[in-house]
Amino acid sequence: MDQLLQHTLNALVLGSTYALLGIGLTLIFGIMRVVNFAHGELYALGAYVAYGVVAMFGMNFFGSLIVAAIVGFLFGTAIEYFLLRRRDLKAIDEVMLIMIGVMIIMQNAELLMWGGVAKSVPSPFSQEPIVWGAISVSPIRLFVLVTALALLVIFYLLIERSRLGLAMRATFQDKDAAKIVGVNVSHVYTLTFALGSCLASVAGALLAPVFVVTPTMGDLASLKAFAIVILGGLGNLPGAALGGFILAIVEEFGAGYISTAYRDALGFLVILAVMIFRPQGLFTIRERVG
Amino acid sequence: MKKKITFLVSVLALALLPLIWPDPYLLSVVASVGIFVIAAISLNLLLGYTGQLSLGHVAFFGLGAYTTSLLSLGFDVTLWGMTEPLVVTAKPVWVSFACGIAFAAIAGWLLGKLAFRVRGAYFVIVTISFAQVMRMVSLNWVDLTEGPMALNNIPALTMWVPGEGVIDLASKLSTYWLVLAVAVVSYLLVAAIVHSRIGRAMIALRENETLARSVGIRVTHYLGIATIFAAGIAGAAGGLYAHTVRIIDPDVFMFMFTIMMVIMVIVGGKGTLAGPVVGGLLFGLLPEVLRGVVSPEIQWMIYGVLMIAVLVFMPKGVVPSAGNLLRRYSAKSMSEQTPVVRRKIA
Repeated sequence: MDQLLQHTLNALVLGSTYALLGIGLTLIFGIMRVVNFAHGELYALGAYVAYGVVAMFGMNFFGSLIVAAIVGFLFGTAIEYFLLRRRDLKAIDEVMLIMIGVMIIMQNAELLMWGGVAKSVPSPFSQEPIVWGAISVSPIRLFVLVTALALLVIFYLLIERSRLGLAMRATFQDKDAAKIVGVNVSHVYTLTFALGSCLASVAGALLAPVFVVTPTMGDLASLKAFAIVILGGLGNLPGAALGGFILAIVEEFGAGYISTAYRDALGFLVILAVMIFRPQGLFTIRERVG
Repeated sequence: MKKKITFLVSVLALALLPLIWPDPYLLSVVASVGIFVIAAISLNLLLGYTGQLSLGHVAFFGLGAYTTSLLSLGFDVTLWGMTEPLVVTAKPVWVSFACGIAFAAIAGWLLGKLAFRVRGAYFVIVTISFAQVMRMVSLNWVDLTEGPMALNNIPALTMWVPGEGVIDLASKLSTYWLVLAVAVVSYLLVAAIVHSRIGRAMIALRENETLARSVGIRVTHYLGIATIFAAGIAGAAGGLYAHTVRIIDPDVFMFMFTIMMVIMVIVGGKGTLAGPVVGGLLFGLLPEVLRGVVSPEIQWMIYGVLMIAVLVFMPKGVVPSAGNLLRRYSAKSMSEQTPVVRRKIA
């Protein structure tokens, strides 16, 4: 029982950052129909920014989160402005390949700048775990959980309550109709991409002190983000949040009770299973696949 | 006709290259580039002719490599629920090589069955997941694959010739010719498929799937055929890779290998027969040219930039663009000679 609770708590912590990662990706897909292969690299970028400002400028970890958010936002804006703005986004494959190009460039730039050695970001909290009865959690993980959940709530409010959110939802439903009623669709696109990138980058920075920072971390992050988004149905925002938690639960319990070695494979097996039995995602009913 | 002559001349030139320039380093470089050209040719059948972007193509390459290596080395493995281990004795290389191709083709058929239930982004993600699962299995099923310790001492290629018996193909020269032969066979196979009824059906469904379906083309049937051949040829490339490199580890399933093949097809020109060959030679030989000049990271960044540039400025790829340029040039010189009114084709 205690072990069950412990696994659940671990899954919750992991799931909250997975949700951040997935929401950014699914937002970009839902609104722009762009399959963003560089998403994992933006996550890695966030982690490296956190490492960079903490290790080189001696800034504290909380400040580095904000820097990572800003850098992620600007990077997203740049990618959208220079590579996607004048492209025909209907050519899904072509855009996908452009994003793969971005992924290759970013990953190798990271390798070039930081080398292949894994970096670690010191945790700003004490190493002593907080213990409640038989379950324990390190303070940094608790901080990750709280921050990620707070960001999810803020993001939800942004989409549901703000004018920008309204414009995004309108574009999501029907791009042309949104244009007619005066939504500046290209602004919405830029902001969407920037916001999605920003979320990925923050997720990377948040997890930097929990895991190590390596140049190849983006690969796995991208693939996991896709798994999460597939679970929820591409373009489904609440689905992505839930998908994040489901993937974390599958991984955590799979690693705990089946095999640690296959931890990362479990996510892909879940994707394959969902694709075979429910290709529209677990929580989507409307969209036709294909 | 012109195309056939170009094809014959280039094959002949490549076949005679070792006689004119017998540098073993050059031969081994061209042979290893050739292996990727074969993989790119196979990917083109899917990506170029059926229009399905498979980003898990390396799975078939790796499956071919692992199957032929394991069979030629022999292995014993205890499957789940078995009391006695399953012992497979070492097979001659040419037998295991053929089995590798067959196994990859079967895997292709199976994946096709699963993946073609969906299209577009979903299809891409299913194929990636498949390749990742393969990589994880090869990494973790240590009993069978030795995991990260890699399979060592994979025997060199041999071939069974009627009347001659089994001949050894370990030398650089024979490897080179064998790779060339497999490449030519793959090219001709893809060309034959593309120019047949099957190929026309594939192109029809690439252009407009709904329309193709409405005129009675069995879409999934033809997609299945395309994956079987694409996977089989990729498996052959993997087999050649395993027996020439002589050591393989789970990195043969690396995502970057798929990217490499995709770049070759896209840059060369998808949906053209010569595209993957030209793109493959270009991107295969580029590292050799760039080696020593720039670090591998910069090299990959150049690849990324080139790929984006080609997609943005030359979305059809190098081969069709070059073809257009040639045609425009010859049309111009022709119209200078004979004043023919050229009708505009809208």
